[in-house]
Amino acid sequence: MEQEEAAALEAKDKNGASRRDYLRTAWKALGLVAAAEFATVLVAYLWPRAKGEGEQGTAVVEAGPVAEFTPASVTAFPRGRFYLARLADGGFLALSSRCTHLGCTVPWNDKTQTFPCPCHASAFDMTGNVLEPPAPRALDLFPVRIEAGVVKVDTRSRIQRQRFERSQVTYL
Amino acid sequence: MLGRSPAPPTKEKKPSGFSMLLLHVHPRMVPAEALAFTRTCGLGGMAVVLLVLLAGTGALLLLGYEPSVERAYGSVLSLRETAVGGFVRNIHFWSANGLVLVAFLHLLRVFYTGAYHAPRRFNWIIGLLLLALVLGSNFTGYLLPWDQLAFWAVTIGTGMLEYVPLVGPALEAALRGGADVGPKTLSIFFVLHIAILPILGAILAAFHFWLVRKGGGVILPRPSGQGPAPRPSLVPTSPNLVFREMVVALVLIAGVLLAAAGFDAPLLVQANPGMSPNPAKAPWYFMGIQELLVHLHPAFAVLVVPFTAIAFLAWLPYLRYGEVPSGLYFHSATGRRTVLVAAGTALLAIPAGILVNEYVLNLPKLLPSLPPAVSNGLLPVGILALLVLGFFALIRRRYAASRIEAVQAMFTLMVVGFVVLTVIGVLFRGSGMRLSWP
Repeated sequence: MEQEEAAALEAKDKNGASRRDYLRTAWKALGLVAAAEFATVLVAYLWPRAKGEGEQGTAVVEAGPVAEFTPASVTAFPRGRFYLARLADGGFLALSSRCTHLGCTVPWNDKTQTFPCPCHASAFDMTGNVLEPPAPRALDLFPVRIEAGVVKVDTRSRIQRQRFERSQVTYL
Repeated sequence: MLGRSPAPPTKEKKPSGFSMLLLHVHPRMVPAEALAFTRTCGLGGMAVVLLVLLAGTGALLLLGYEPSVERAYGSVLSLRETAVGGFVRNIHFWSANGLVLVAFLHLLRVFYTGAYHAPRRFNWIIGLLLLALVLGSNFTGYLLPWDQLAFWAVTIGTGMLEYVPLVGPALEAALRGGADVGPKTLSIFFVLHIAILPILGAILAAFHFWLVRKGGGVILPRPSGQGPAPRPSLVPTSPNLVFREMVVALVLIAGVLLAAAGFDAPLLVQANPGMSPNPAKAPWYFMGIQELLVHLHPAFAVLVVPFTAIAFLAWLPYLRYGEVPSGLYFHSATGRRTVLVAAGTALLAIPAGILVNEYVLNLPKLLPSLPPAVSNGLLPVGILALLVLGFFALIRRRYAASRIEAVQAMFTLMVVGFVVLTVIGVLFRGSGMRLSWP
């Protein structure tokens, strides 16, 4: 009996394929489908969730009344991870404190009037422009609004830019 | 064993259970020549010993460590307060650092003795993958104490992915589990560190050992053009080889324990996402890349240059060399000379290039009209590539080097260059990552 069954499995059809060949191919195909299913589940499970609640810096920050910020000064907002720069002409810029090179937090150095990155020696000026490479572009911005004399910074939307331009500044 | 007079059965002792286990890894008999220490310098075996130490201390550390942002730092702190907790952590730390070093030296030994040609060709690739796993394990382990060093080294390390074209930002977010390094990152790195990477490592290591045996064991010195190797004289593995391995293992373990007793694994203050330490340095085995990052556009420092180097390493066994001697350090007298020339060139040229870039020639400032990817990337890397090609031609002509000797010189140039970059990054970079004396 068993020999007969084995012979039947090995018997070739006119294309030269046996039942065993067919079954083997079917198993391989099923294996591929199963592997694809597992891969899909894995990727879906690990896929980062959309930016949502609970993350830092996801709200509108009230920086304070306009008069608090003297022209040509930089004020740090560590909770919101940004600096509010008031330029010499009185305009406001909210600069992300994240270095555009590899994400280190840049401090403000009042003496040199620069943001020197401690990780790879990049430096930025008060407008966020790159003074020293390797940073490839100017510091990111957050939109600034002035409502009833109070400066508000929307830290939900990060604006990437190549370099500083006048149009990025918010005036009274 | 064909051709050997059979020993009288009364003298044959049955090997002990322990020797039998080792005989699964080794053959019963080994060539007497293979026993010389300089054949391998015991480096592969040392890596195994360190892996065992890492697995053991890792299991112990798991009992005290808590993988959450709130408690990770505190759990490492309280671990250090117990009688031997700090000691166990130190052993783990020094074994991990030692493993990077030993694996790297093992790679050098295998390369310079020419043990990467067929039939050992594929094992070279497995070895490269194992090296990647060792670095990955070190990197993921780095984050777990959740101190300043951990946080910023991983912010920088994962930030490099951003410059990978197309999939980079998605990869970065997937590895971090969000936009920034945070609680999700810690969970992901914890699982990678204690489960996924060790399991992959165990599978690949077993494959590695099996391929060593399939390749005929340790490579033996055979000058080229002498026809088939003479039949080696064989000696029993136990005790000849096993005894020697035990000596290496014990000396190494003693060294690790001494380091662990004398020098504490670093632990800075708790991670603070609002302030990067100054200078923020990656772990020493990544300082070569970080030094490149100071000089080149990130796309070139983290992608083009390292991937060219990795492709070169993976390609080595598949080049055509013609007939080459096997198992001789540096292959030949010319090989030895060209290796020295290449090492000397890298030792002089890399520091010179760094000094020029730091104090004299700042391309992005000189050519402000070009995008930084060109002025700080394509241009310097292109010049570098031309110089390297010129060096290759020089070695071929001036020293009449054969192909394998020239390739060996290029490998030396690359490896010594990387070591020099690492040393400069570790020792000669101070506040603000500016050059300074150590």
